[in-house]
Amino acid sequence: MTTVDSNTTAPEPVVDPNAVSVTINGKVVAARKGEMIIAAADRTDDFIPRFCYHPRMEPVGMCRQCLVEVVGPRGPMMVVSCMTPVAEGQVVNTETEGVKKAQEGVLELLLANHPLDCPVCDKGGECPLQDQAFSHGPGESRFVEEKRHYEKPIAISDNVYLDRERCILCDRCTRFADEVAGDALISFTSRGNNTQVMTFPDEPFSSYFSGNTVQICPVGALTAKPYRFKARPWDIEHVESTCTTCSVGCRTVVQSSRDELVRYQGVDSQPVNWGWLCDKGRFNFESINSKDRLLTPLIKDASGNLSATSWSVAIDSAARMLRTALTVSPQSVAIIGGARGTNEDAFAWAQLANALGVDSRDSQLADGLPPQVFSLPQATIADIDTAKTIILLAPDLKEELPVLYLRVRHAAEKRTGRVVEVSPRATGLAGKAWKKVHVEPGKTAAALRALATDAAFMAQVASGSVVVIVGRMNLAESEESVVHALAEVLHLAPQATVLPVLRRGNVRGSITAGLTPRNGGKSTAEILEAASAGKIECLVLLGADPLSDVPDADLARRGLSGARNIIAIDTFITQSSATADIVLPAAAYGEKEGTTTNLEGRISNVAQSITPVGTSRPDWMIAVELGTATLHELGFTSYGEVHAAMISRVSEFAPAADTHAVEHDGVIIAHPSPITLTRADGASNERNSYDYRAVVSRKLYDKAIGTAKSPSLVSLAPSAAVIVNPLDVPRIGAQVGESVRVTSQRATLVLSLQESVDVLRGTAWLPINLGGSDVRELLDVSKDVIDLKIEKMS
Amino acid sequence: MTTAIKYPHAAGFVAGDRPKIVTSRFEHADSYTIERFLATGGYAGLRKALGRAATDVHEEVKSATVLGRGGAGFPAGTKWGLTPQQVFPKYLVVNGDESEPGTYKDRLLMERDPHQLIEGCLIACYAAGLSQCFLYIRGEMALAQERVATALNEAYAAGYVGKNILGSKFSVDIVLHWGAGAYVVGEETALIESLEGNRGMPRLKPPFFPAANGLYGQPTIVNNVETLANLPWLMVNGSEAYTAIGTKTSPGTRMVAVSGHVKNPGVFEIINGTTTFRDLLYGAEFCGGIRNDNELKAFVPGGGSAPWFTADQLDLPFEASQVGPAGSMLGSGAIMVMDSTTDIPAAALTLTHFYAHESCGKCTPCREGGTWLERILTRIVEGTGTEADLQQILEVGAMICPGDFPHASNEKLGLAAVPFPYKMTTICFVGPSAFAPLHSAITLFRSEFEARLVKRISIPVTAVSTPPTVWA
Amino acid sequence: MSRLNEANIKTALEIIARYPRPKSALIPLLHLAQEQNGYVTNEAMVHLGELVGVTSAEVYGTATFYEMFRFEPVGKYLVNICGTMSCALMGAGDLMHHAEQKLGVKAGGTTADGMFTLAHAECQAACTEAPTLQVNYRFRYKVTNGDFDTLIDDLKNGKLADEIPAHGVVARIRQRIPADRGVGAVAPELVTENPAWMDGKAAL
Ligand SMILES: Cc1cc2nc3c(=O)[nH]c(=O)nc-3n(C[C@H](O)[C@H](O)[C@H](O)COP(=O)(O)O)c2cc1C
Ligand code: SF4
Ligand code: SF4
Ligand code: SF4
Ligand code: FES
Ligand code: FES
Repeated sequence: MTTVDSNTTAPEPVVDPNAVSVTINGKVVAARKGEMIIAAADRTDDFIPRFCYHPRMEPVGMCRQCLVEVVGPRGPMMVVSCMTPVAEGQVVNTETEGVKKAQEGVLELLLANHPLDCPVCDKGGECPLQDQAFSHGPGESRFVEEKRHYEKPIAISDNVYLDRERCILCDRCTRFADEVAGDALISFTSRGNNTQVMTFPDEPFSSYFSGNTVQICPVGALTAKPYRFKARPWDIEHVESTCTTCSVGCRTVVQSSRDELVRYQGVDSQPVNWGWLCDKGRFNFESINSKDRLLTPLIKDASGNLSATSWSVAIDSAARMLRTALTVSPQSVAIIGGARGTNEDAFAWAQLANALGVDSRDSQLADGLPPQVFSLPQATIADIDTAKTIILLAPDLKEELPVLYLRVRHAAEKRTGRVVEVSPRATGLAGKAWKKVHVEPGKTAAALRALATDAAFMAQVASGSVVVIVGRMNLAESEESVVHALAEVLHLAPQATVLPVLRRGNVRGSITAGLTPRNGGKSTAEILEAASAGKIECLVLLGADPLSDVPDADLARRGLSGARNIIAIDTFITQSSATADIVLPAAAYGEKEGTTTNLEGRISNVAQSITPVGTSRPDWMIAVELGTATLHELGFTSYGEVHAAMISRVSEFAPAADTHAVEHDGVIIAHPSPITLTRADGASNERNSYDYRAVVSRKLYDKAIGTAKSPSLVSLAPSAAVIVNPLDVPRIGAQVGESVRVTSQRATLVLSLQESVDVLRGTAWLPINLGGSDVRELLDVSKDVIDLKIEKMS
Repeated sequence: MTTAIKYPHAAGFVAGDRPKIVTSRFEHADSYTIERFLATGGYAGLRKALGRAATDVHEEVKSATVLGRGGAGFPAGTKWGLTPQQVFPKYLVVNGDESEPGTYKDRLLMERDPHQLIEGCLIACYAAGLSQCFLYIRGEMALAQERVATALNEAYAAGYVGKNILGSKFSVDIVLHWGAGAYVVGEETALIESLEGNRGMPRLKPPFFPAANGLYGQPTIVNNVETLANLPWLMVNGSEAYTAIGTKTSPGTRMVAVSGHVKNPGVFEIINGTTTFRDLLYGAEFCGGIRNDNELKAFVPGGGSAPWFTADQLDLPFEASQVGPAGSMLGSGAIMVMDSTTDIPAAALTLTHFYAHESCGKCTPCREGGTWLERILTRIVEGTGTEADLQQILEVGAMICPGDFPHASNEKLGLAAVPFPYKMTTICFVGPSAFAPLHSAITLFRSEFEARLVKRISIPVTAVSTPPTVWA
Repeated sequence: MSRLNEANIKTALEIIARYPRPKSALIPLLHLAQEQNGYVTNEAMVHLGELVGVTSAEVYGTATFYEMFRFEPVGKYLVNICGTMSCALMGAGDLMHHAEQKLGVKAGGTTADGMFTLAHAECQAACTEAPTLQVNYRFRYKVTNGDFDTLIDDLKNGKLADEIPAHGVVARIRQRIPADRGVGAVAPELVTENPAWMDGKAAL
């Protein structure tokens, strides 16, 4: 209705059929059909006390704390406001004598068996029970009986402790585990006054999402090991930020106490994470507090050892190295990395590279996708909620992008959309999939092409909006094959939008900022190949560790040993930074401000909450200093300036000018105009029937530095194995658990043989980057697919 | 085909000389066999029903006003009509969980005439378009399970249940299901949870009215065993014959168990609406008076959850519209009689203990309040309670049931009745039921509690698991 | 052998097939497990979870809600004496006291020879026959102290072996739905129309 002729009267207001108006304590509140009274009341100043209600879970009406009166034909009726929907004209009273008495009664009953050990409770000071006992309670307890006794906190998983005496049986943790996470590993047990939350005997609550239960527990019954007794709520400082552990970009509150990170809590951001975090993102702040962090610059001394030096020496030496290399040729300088930093970090480095004329820069580590995927019509995370069909052409979301997994699972569970899983093995979402297209590597595009004759599938994709989630589902299969498969999907569902899921924290932001090959510059694989041929004079590793991350161990090794000089900017000494000539200590997440871009292109802020350790500093600042030292002023010297320059120079980042939005739900980057993909005939890639085609993917917990340096997470990483379908085990002739020899054209490794029905016959699944034999030794990024021999050891 | 079961079945039924709708075969020792069933008009009601359109059968049941016998007394035909027309499948869940204290009738019907129940289930499924039936029998009733299993096996073999019943287009499976010991599962939404393999915790109504949103989220009819057992007779004899028995608002008969301190306890099929409590307790054809001709102290008129009556209410008939205003309910047809020798606080404790013990634990007031009541009462019964404890009972009770709690009138005490029902802060009636007997006992017999109190500060004690018995 | 044995797996699958959703079979299957082992073992619960497609924690949550399931061995005969109102009014307290004397254990305890577990129970739906008890869910009515002694002696001497199976077995007769007679269970979402007989016409 934007073009109303000034002569005509205003159009009839459109009546929203879902709008409902209710009166709460005399105030008229606009609400929506189906909404619960408590949710509508939350938009007024009157607070209805509650324990079991959680806006992101199905109501159970169990604690009875939220009782209110609804005026009905036969006078006021007492109802639970968390499970009573609003109705037109409804009159609700939440503060009458009757309501007050009922609420006080319930609170007194809840406190009856509660130990009231608040002074030693982690929740003390931020406890809904404490708070509501104060605001809505009777003020005293008349319960003189002996209270329920249980063994004091028991570990129900590696990181979560349960104190059943404090539990008020609100069903939040158990509902979360079952409804939201799909890991029903905790349950109410026993009955009545003996009801308690428990795991099955000797089966821990090992969920990737267990930390959420600690966050939503309304009392101190569930506590997290990384936080237990760390700090008291009144000592804590909070800043809202974004998790950059993976590219979902969950919104968090970062909490610190005495200049140390103590806890991350999820923030309910409607477009992103609904308040949830995965345990890796929640607990890996421990790595930032790690004693192993780099505190000073390091430089290789005469005997070839890295030893501490000053920033001025380090910057001068690094600048000299760059200048020398540039005199050979700008093509002999290359930058790998950048996805770990902020948008501003990547932008500053891209500006430095531009100034130096360095075109070979890549923030992907030969495990990503071509940046064109960002130019296809884009989907957002929230589009998953309304999509009729969600096509997964992606890695196992549960392992790689956990909170995105929750979103897709929710859509399937609530039947708002149907999930089609296209994958070389069953992923964590297989159980929720409407259709599974499990196909061996190399044949995905062909299998998708065949779907054109599947009437049910075609009818499904034609029934409404389609979101294709696309990423590298198999690191032992080329990125072209993903692009081919994607082209087929977009051919079958031309209206589909694409959600690219590159997993590193800020990979999309750093590509957007310019850390991606340009003017014929080289990609990471090409850089390493050139280095191995002696053509790279100076290699900059910007928070990158090719020796552990590039899925081709041989290539990475040849590359790093072939590069003449290496400058590493990093938070730790990693396998790769250990080989550098100069190591510059970088400030980590929580130690610097900036913005980050998540997988859907959402820009949101990361906040500084503690001072950087030692003399470490943000990557952008290092770029500025190297610029100065190489006589290239980048035009900014403070964070404010680099941020402003980025917004004005990179058009995609222009929306980030809305500071308020960036500090909350974020803004979506401006997209370049859409392109279309052309279909191509992939090679047929026939496999020798004795071989097993390799499927290589990541587990949530692996040897990545953030996990390895977080004491609470490090032990959760499994060890390397080769996993085949149970029906293939007899063919190999070895027992499950036995060591077998696995041979590719590259190498032979010894791995433990495991079986899983999630793996297709004739394929072998090898989780990467785990303890034990390094699976990357078998891989060759120049190959479309990798075939393996698996043999019993003689 | 009959598998002989040589062990004695449910005792206690007293036939009498009254119209029989559901107990007509009880006089035969082999009433549970298919042979006896067929020889006495068995499955004739089903045949008659299948000869009419389903909607027709439904109308017939509606006009008979078959009140639900599980406790709430809602007319079966009306309940069936509440299911949405165009949502399917719909299910029938038969409530054979009988465990309300004092209640004893469904087990008799299952052990002694299982085919009659099966026939009733079939008629209900046919009339209401229910495509599968689950017959949920209480876990502890081994013989009832055996008898119904045998009957079902016979009925399947003979073509009365399953595919194309009697060669018609009517096909329905009846699946025997059995519980594992939890009183609350008798509550219909908990029954559904349990049938889904879950913990039997009631669901909140609304939104979980079974008729709209029941088993697996589908429209589901939950009916009591006795309710369904009425249907074969009704089909054969018609609704006019049915309503000719009893009163307009309470037609037909109902099964009533009278237990406790009467001369001849027993289970009777009585005429609904007209029979009075006095008839039942004192009538020669029923219990024949209080044991040893003692004085009547009090009686529970409708299962352990019901507020108590005294001799003042003896002349009330079995008619909900009169019992409700008088301060109690008819519930599940269970009368428990206390004579003058009864230790009232201890008697109340058995019931408060029962409901506290049977709480599912879902809602705070019942989970915490029930046990709290039990602890205080235990203290009083053991002689260590104080005046404050007595007051505390009423206050904890008000946390479960705010406002005036129903009770009977009492001339001697000058009490006027507070009508049924009560307000409650809980999901189901188990929480209030822990308080109901106690409230009645304190209201009607306060002096017996006061006599037990010590006039000093009490020392808290832990609840005992077994209620003590302090009476003869 | 505390997972289900071959024969019981067959029975279990037969039971599961009767329900539109497998989890519905859980309580009957827990009984089956208790029947096999006398109590419900952890291994059996894991097995049942696999059979009906839920986690062991969910099986455990359901199982512990219901009083008939035992997670440790109990006596061969579980003697449940009702203590609810009607029975209490008729002397259940004295009967329990006598039973404790006779068996030499308190309510809740098991005799040293593993023959008897004595327990307090709630209303057994036999109130007019008070006081009542159940031995492995078989009734005894209007039980006097003398009746109780005779019962225990008979059980000890194996006189009642025929009537009263060992703890775990509830019903000895199972429902069997013949393949050619059963309609079969269908997941609700796969049902697309009202039943055939809802066509406004008589079925016969
Ligand atoms: C706590 C509680 C326990 C109940 N137990 C039983 C029971 O054991 N048997 C029964 O038929 N109904 C029982 N009911 C009533 C059922 O919820 C339900 O109303 C009844 O089965 C419906 O059948 P009807 O309409 O045929 O009476 C119980 C209700 C409550 C609140
Ligand atoms: S542990 Fe916490 S979240 Fe879980 S039920 Fe208890 S109080 Fe609720
Ligand atoms: S899903 Fe990713 S962004 Fe979210 S908490 Fe986990 S690691 Fe962080
Ligand atoms: S009132 Fe008691 S039994 Fe009923 S739902 Fe609440 S806790 Fe459970
Ligand atoms: S918040 Fe509504 S009942 Fe718990
Ligand atoms: S009270 Fe004992 S059987 Fe009912």
